[in-house]
Amino acid sequence: MSDSFNIVLAGVGGQGTLLAGKLFGLVAARLGLDVKVSEVHGMAQRGGSVITYVRIGKRVFSPVIEPGAADFIIAFEELEAMRWAHLLRRGGTLLINTRRTIPMPVALGQAEYPDNIIESILALADGGTSVHAFDAQRLAEEAGSVKAVNFVMTGALSRFIKIDKQIFMDSIQELFSGKKAGLAAMNQHAFELGSAIIEAK
Amino acid sequence: MRVLKEIFLGNEAVARGAYEAGVKVVSSYPGTPSTEITQAVSSYDRVYCEWSSNEKVGMEVAIGASLAGARAMTCMKHVGLNVAADPLFTVSYTGVSGGLVIVVADDPGMHSSQNEQDSRNYARGAKLPMLEPADSQECLDFTRMAYDISEKYDTPVMIRLSTRVSHSRTLTEIHEPMEQKLIPYVKNMQKNVMMPAMAVKRHVVVESRQKQIAADSSDGILENAYRVEEGSKDIGIITSGIAWQYVKEAMPDASVFKLGMVWPLPLDAIRKFAATVKRLIIVEELDPIIETELKAAGIKCEGKELFTLQGEYTPAMIREALSDNKNPLSAFDKSALPLAPGRPPVMCAGCPHKGLFMALSRLKAVVTGDIGCYTLGALSPTNAMDVCVCMGASVGMAHGIDKATDSEMSEKTVAVIGDSTFLHTGINGLINSVYNGSRSTVIILDNSITGMTGHQQNPATGRNIRLEPAPAVDLEALCRSVGVQSVYTVDPADTDASRKTISKAMKEPHVTVIIARRPCALIPTGRGTPEQVVTLDRDKCTRCGACLRIMCPALTKGEDGYPQIDPVTCNGCNLCVRVCPFDALIPGKEEV
Repeated sequence: MSDSFNIVLAGVGGQGTLLAGKLFGLVAARLGLDVKVSEVHGMAQRGGSVITYVRIGKRVFSPVIEPGAADFIIAFEELEAMRWAHLLRRGGTLLINTRRTIPMPVALGQAEYPDNIIESILALADGGTSVHAFDAQRLAEEAGSVKAVNFVMTGALSRFIKIDKQIFMDSIQELFSGKKAGLAAMNQHAFELGSAIIEAK
Repeated sequence: MRVLKEIFLGNEAVARGAYEAGVKVVSSYPGTPSTEITQAVSSYDRVYCEWSSNEKVGMEVAIGASLAGARAMTCMKHVGLNVAADPLFTVSYTGVSGGLVIVVADDPGMHSSQNEQDSRNYARGAKLPMLEPADSQECLDFTRMAYDISEKYDTPVMIRLSTRVSHSRTLTEIHEPMEQKLIPYVKNMQKNVMMPAMAVKRHVVVESRQKQIAADSSDGILENAYRVEEGSKDIGIITSGIAWQYVKEAMPDASVFKLGMVWPLPLDAIRKFAATVKRLIIVEELDPIIETELKAAGIKCEGKELFTLQGEYTPAMIREALSDNKNPLSAFDKSALPLAPGRPPVMCAGCPHKGLFMALSRLKAVVTGDIGCYTLGALSPTNAMDVCVCMGASVGMAHGIDKATDSEMSEKTVAVIGDSTFLHTGINGLINSVYNGSRSTVIILDNSITGMTGHQQNPATGRNIRLEPAPAVDLEALCRSVGVQSVYTVDPADTDASRKTISKAMKEPHVTVIIARRPCALIPTGRGTPEQVVTLDRDKCTRCGACLRIMCPALTKGEDGYPQIDPVTCNGCNLCVRVCPFDALIPGKEEV
């Protein structure tokens, strides 16, 4: 692993991918590396599919991660994992929150939520690719809020990325400075739980 | 001295750049992807900033501020510049006193827009210098530089952003803000009163100014106007902004001519660069502006024969067109993975527009639409929209339908328009409808906020950009004062009553306005309370699916066929309670 990382955060509007993206920005700044975090605004609050790209390295150009160029994908939802899996490079790591968020066409009976998404993904993953699926929402609730799914997922990712855990912890502290300082400890706890779930597997 | 770096969005960096340059007045109308610029400016206490009622007004406020000797800025999205085009073309003639910067954010790929026009056409048309940053650092640096250019050459300066630059966070070095004193006001009618006799003379000034700026850009007098990045001589690429990032990604070895100022072009410098490379390629998203100019100047180049006129570019697109460089290999073959069902944006849980559109759907009304969250009413299941063009257009279009059909369609036609959009340009249409004896019906969806762009205040909300109390336009009184005879107010959550009122209003032989008032479910005044959250009585539920058809994100079909209510998402609007034919959905303790 070099000191460049391409991370895709794929989720649904309202799941906190933007905040997780911002966290990686702070982490990169602490590492003294270049960083680009590309966000999607506008439709994000309205239940749409939302993708955030994080690129960290000595020098980063395009803010968008191309198909096959992501080292990591953090999928906040199963369907979004399937939608964006092709962005992962060979030998990359895919982390999936197994909680489903039903899209409106499925709720209306106009489309089917595919069965066995994890199994399909595992079957198609080539040799060096690693896939980890777990219920991040349960861990977030355990930490204190369903809204902490983003930090659970980031904690899980920290097991695969060569960045000192303390840098993440300090960055979470920085992210929740000021009025929101009370939330830092809870989110750090969520991060720890996410990190531990990978260890336990 | 320690170098201070922030991880700014491109938009936040523009705001910071203006602050550092000593900007005094910033006046804008919100529009994705430009909104965060002015939002960020509002965090700098010493800058006066406002949400203006529309982009034209916003630009005129900035022109006045510049005339009075202050540094000023106005920001908008690409279609907003259409609204502000009238002052734009003539402020080019008057020039400035204090520096005047006009920021416009384009949206290639239409992430959140109704078209993907290229704002560089305006710089060319209005003969104004335009800078195009490629990341947040350049956003900050170019904004500072824009003020210097503006005052040096006596010209407004445009800055063009695009969605990926506006909405990407990158490391940005910040500096201390400069002190700017007001430039003393001097009356100068020859320069500032654009009547024919004066304007004729000013046009000459504009043309020579543009020539001078192009020459100074070519000669390297203007810092950052362009940069040559030496590489292989086989291919030379001319590019700017976000496209430059894609070029660097895809063609790391090519020679690159990076434009910082995209209008006017430094043709002499480009000609010299062209002579050093075997093939000259233009990589520019959207319109062939650079390419057309080069070809007109007799500089041989390739552009749109290789690249599309539509949407965003990618490194892969550039690699495939220009090299044998390989695209990265994916871990998953996209075609082998099952197709993921789409996740279209929907009206939020508790959205007040939902009930109104249910009513319009049941009335089978012809709906002229407008720009805002409620444009989602066009989607399934309500499908209640027939046309949507631009801000404010719904009102005039309904009037046109009335006149074209000798009022035959008017009994089933309505215009729908949000509170902010109505005050933006809808009011002009309403005055016209009344004046010209229309019998059209207009529904103002007053959710007390500018919703789609992320909750900005507007003249009807009673708050200003800094959330301080401000006078609120009385919409009912405003409509009556322009001569609307029938003005009704309804609660859109009460679908039945709304439908009856709309039905009645459409039959009246004059202009009618219905104000459907209920605050957005995402702002404090519109949020439900836990007491209003809905529960299901399984004994009464027949699993008919009526509640699911309102497309509420809080209601999904469980595996057993019964609706599942997500208590976290449910806003307590109780629309589902009203559509349930079997009284199986139980509202909270407090009936709405």
